Amino acid sequence: MSKAMEPDLQTPLGTASGKVAKGPAKEWSHPSNHWLRGFVLDNRASLGTLAVFIVMMAVFMIANPTVFTTWYLYSSVLTTLPVALFVVVPLVFVVTCGEIDLSFPATMGFASWVFALVVQAGYDPFIGIAAALLTGTLLGFLVGSLVVYGGLSSLIATLGMNFLLRGLIQIINEGRSTALTGLADSSAYKIFSSQVWGIPVQVFWAIAFVVFSALLYNRHRFGAQVKVVGDNPDSARQMGIDVKWVRVKVFVFVGIGAAIAGTFSVMINFTWWPTAGDGYLLPVLASVFVGGTPTWGGIGTVVGGAIGAVTVSFIQTGVVAAGLSGFYVQFFNGLIIILSLLGHKWNQARYR
Amino acid sequence: MGERIIELRDIKKSYGQVYALGGVNLSVDRGEVVGLIGDNGAGKSTLIKILSGVVKPTSGEILVRDKPVTGWSAARSRDAGIETVFQDRALAVQQTIVRNIFMGRELTSFMGWLKVDKEIEEASRLMREIGFTSKVFTPHSIVGQLSGGERQGVAIARAIYKQAELIILDEPTTALSLTETAKVFHFVRQVRASGRSILFIGHNIHHVFDIADRFVVLDRGKVALATDRNEVKSAEDLINFMEDVAHPGGLPGLHEDAEQGAQ
Repeated sequence: MSKAMEPDLQTPLGTASGKVAKGPAKEWSHPSNHWLRGFVLDNRASLGTLAVFIVMMAVFMIANPTVFTTWYLYSSVLTTLPVALFVVVPLVFVVTCGEIDLSFPATMGFASWVFALVVQAGYDPFIGIAAALLTGTLLGFLVGSLVVYGGLSSLIATLGMNFLLRGLIQIINEGRSTALTGLADSSAYKIFSSQVWGIPVQVFWAIAFVVFSALLYNRHRFGAQVKVVGDNPDSARQMGIDVKWVRVKVFVFVGIGAAIAGTFSVMINFTWWPTAGDGYLLPVLASVFVGGTPTWGGIGTVVGGAIGAVTVSFIQTGVVAAGLSGFYVQFFNGLIIILSLLGHKWNQARYR
Repeated sequence: MGERIIELRDIKKSYGQVYALGGVNLSVDRGEVVGLIGDNGAGKSTLIKILSGVVKPTSGEILVRDKPVTGWSAARSRDAGIETVFQDRALAVQQTIVRNIFMGRELTSFMGWLKVDKEIEEASRLMREIGFTSKVFTPHSIVGQLSGGERQGVAIARAIYKQAELIILDEPTTALSLTETAKVFHFVRQVRASGRSILFIGHNIHHVFDIADRFVVLDRGKVALATDRNEVKSAEDLINFMEDVAHPGGLPGLHEDAEQGAQ
């Protein structure tokens, strides 16, 4: 199938790239080795997700051009989207490792509760952020250890931990929320939650987080070992990788991401609710899989997951803004998820 | 022959009352390919496990480069430069060739960031060393796209990267086609040419005969035959010998036929 395409790819661009024949890998080079073709093949899952997003946005724009050309619509999505990104990305690592974590909503609630308590007690919000991050790390370690060293199914154990931690929050707070009115004057708020050129500043933090995590996934020993452990744990163990510790670390990563996400959501709303984070469970999970990370482990895409999160958060806004009633939101949510999964199944070969 | 890499002397291994190995002598020198043949239950896998240090022998002596070793273990075996390549189970098939070669031994700079270019360079060098050159695959190719023989090549390259002096190939050609087997043989010859040794374990006597310099036939936990390539004229000789060992009186049917033929 590739034979017919090779000459076309080779002649017009091949000389310009210079990357093909570079270095000692000369005898490996092949006409189909063109950088553009390689780029498309290596990133087909995330590119597929991007295509789904573009088609969806095109449909929305055709349905209601006036609303979709106003900045307000995008601004409102961009305020809440970063919160989701901070958990979607670590979850890509967890799913790649062959596990799942359903406890992140409660971790979001718990860590942001600690943040709210520290700020309410009159300390600087930076100390609150540090305390929230520490809480998230510890909870992630707790959940990870329970799953890995306890030898439990991550699906059930993390579901249980989600209920357990949320229940604990509810018991102690008895449903009361915490208002943090003084937050707006703090320097932490200006750095993490104000606006720059009309864009919510947390967007930039989220982009930085996605870029860092993508590098961690593709260019760091941690990402390499996560993929190998998810792919073939027996082999990884034979080659001297501490499989259990790698698994614990991905849960710790989710804990840290959830703590950041929870703190951001409190800063946006100036209020902490005992239910903080609950609404993110299903949209975040959907984003990971819409993004092109398969359920079976070993492979995944951080950038795809991020685009998946953008897609999922635009569905709700888009459906309503396109002039359909809110009753259509769930239907379109489901439609996009199913279509994406079918697309990825066709797009990715599964090796055994 | 060159330096003696490892020698087993009178190795016995019993599980309760049952002897898996009843006094085995085996040695591998530098730069030779030793073929280990034997039926199911002959004790091949126990012997491999002892060599790789996973299983400790009940009695017997192990010498590494002519020096007796005490406290033989998996770590000692690795330090002695022994690597075992198991059929098919060893690779992460959704990952690239590079990631498989450097699995657990990633080349990193500060803070654990990967030296991607260095890894590709090293991988190319290793693959070239075992004669795995390809116009179709690059170090970035997914292992799942490779054929069975080529996967063995990746596993062998990984073993070499781990500074292996002796590579134990456990049934590397089982379930491979003729052309794939030829590829594995090609890799094995390249490894021998580079001065490393291989212990080649096989069911298929023809395969082992084609590649090995020396043969060791195991039968019911004992070495039934240890011989040089020059002393065996053909694979059929080996097969006949193994049948004799397995059925000392000859198979009833065969024996009668032979007698009748003689008369």
